[in-house]
Amino acid sequence: MPVFVSAAVAGVMALTGCSASSATSSDATVADAASPVSSAAAALTVRDPWVKAVDSGMTAAFGTLVNNTGAEVTVVSATSPASPMELHTMVMKDGQMVMQPKEGGFVVPAGGTHELSPGGDHLMLMEPSAAIKPGDELSFTLQLASGDPVTFTAIAKPFAGAGESYDPSMTMPSATASAAS
Amino acid sequence: MTLARRGRRGVATVTRRGLIAGGAAAGAAALAAGCDNGGGPAPASASAASYGTPTVAFHGTRQAGVTTEPQAHGAFVAFTLNRDTDRAALGRMLRLLTDDAARLARGEPALGDTDAQLAVLPAGLTVTFGFGPGLYRSARLTSPVADLPGFSIDRLQDRWSGGDLLLQICAEDPLTVTHAQRMMIKDARPFGTVRWVQRGFRRSPGVQEKGFTQRNVLGQLDGTANPAGSVLENAVWAADGTSTLVVRRIRAEIEKWDQLSVGDKENAVGRRMVSGAPFTGTTEHDEPDFAAIDDSGLPVMPDYAHVTRAHVVDPGLKILRRPYNYDEAPDAQGRPDSGLIFASYQADIERQFLPIQRRLAEKDLLNEWITPIGSSVFAVPPGCAEGGWIGEQVLA
Repeated sequence: MPVFVSAAVAGVMALTGCSASSATSSDATVADAASPVSSAAAALTVRDPWVKAVDSGMTAAFGTLVNNTGAEVTVVSATSPASPMELHTMVMKDGQMVMQPKEGGFVVPAGGTHELSPGGDHLMLMEPSAAIKPGDELSFTLQLASGDPVTFTAIAKPFAGAGESYDPSMTMPSATASAAS
Repeated sequence: MTLARRGRRGVATVTRRGLIAGGAAAGAAALAAGCDNGGGPAPASASAASYGTPTVAFHGTRQAGVTTEPQAHGAFVAFTLNRDTDRAALGRMLRLLTDDAARLARGEPALGDTDAQLAVLPAGLTVTFGFGPGLYRSARLTSPVADLPGFSIDRLQDRWSGGDLLLQICAEDPLTVTHAQRMMIKDARPFGTVRWVQRGFRRSPGVQEKGFTQRNVLGQLDGTANPAGSVLENAVWAADGTSTLVVRRIRAEIEKWDQLSVGDKENAVGRRMVSGAPFTGTTEHDEPDFAAIDDSGLPVMPDYAHVTRAHVVDPGLKILRRPYNYDEAPDAQGRPDSGLIFASYQADIERQFLPIQRRLAEKDLLNEWITPIGSSVFAVPPGCAEGGWIGEQVLA
């Protein structure tokens, strides 16, 4: 299962293995989050990624962005063979949580992490070209502000809960309603 | 009971019982060795969390939860696969379920776990996968196991029988089992329906001194003659890291049993109720002497007794019994609904399990007070390494 995948130095790598010590590049071992890494290869890693399975329509991908460097790292965009992608966030508007593109991308603090989770920031799959079946493994590439790509594989889960039904016109359901789904 | 009893599962095996009394060498070895999936959870100290935090390794050439010392709580969850669950879908399902099991066994939430807090105390969790004949049919493969033939003593109910996929979920804590069961049922939902769930219990950790055999709801010591050590190895495991599992729900006719004298109860099994000693011996682990004759010229071990009928001469043909008691709500008259979730692991059902079950069905006085009401068989696939999934050797 893909749990912790290193960034590739260049080019898109559709990694299907889940070993932390990937064989794709000389600097592919995942660095301890606290220690600076000279190579851009492991600047950002994605831990515990997953996607919400869906028959048709929009869906989202989640995980923990881990910054292995001593400086801020920003994810500015994402791509995937499975769908056009956007970076989304949830904001409070007129007393309700609504979903919208994230201005400035996802900023991951130096030596820190940034959560992408249901009800929070996430990677939006705007128009999947095919049904995303539970157990499918999808590839995603994040573009960093530095220009480096970070590729990871995520498994699709038949998730129900935390109010994630994805529709641009939809506002965030209340916590109690989502817990019942 | 003495330290010597610990040797039942082999000197090298780490057992939680070995740590309760702070037993010398074994205890120290357990702390140093940590947990492998052949032993049991190893508490680091006798503190409140000593049974909550330990883990049993999920990954390995063999699945955990087979020779693992049975944990206090177990849930056997059987699924019926949907018609459209083909080989590719089986791979997707098992990748999901393997990932859930591996994370939860480490004390980590599953991906997308809506109750992450419930994953924090793994309490020695093991999740063991079994493949029923129907799973192989769905994959268009030949099944290595077949449903048991009927026995005259059976009163099998569909609601407790069969199953295409089985998850045996065991831990020292029932909330841990509940959470793992819930998470895995959610992820199995696109692929099949829940056929039955059999929940059971054994003694909680720390309740008994180490080395004591558990009792079942009929009050009998249950498991004395289980294989141990090197005998266990060949009895349970085939060379390719697989095994087989028989799950039978055995209803205890407790109202009838209650009417017996202690002597009559002992006659049904061939062991003393208090000590578990066979009639020909004085302590529980004395080997029964089936040739012994009493003053009247009759065998001391009655030929109709359960122990006599279940006796296996060749140790390599023994089965590993790993049962759980069940006790559901009594009826309005207070009549119990309880018994044993009988589970046995053996390398070969036909060579090892069937001969025993045939002998018991032909003659066993205990049959008066027990009724099999459910039956199913499963192949137990090999374990997997990190990054792999259970069933990959069969289905990939």
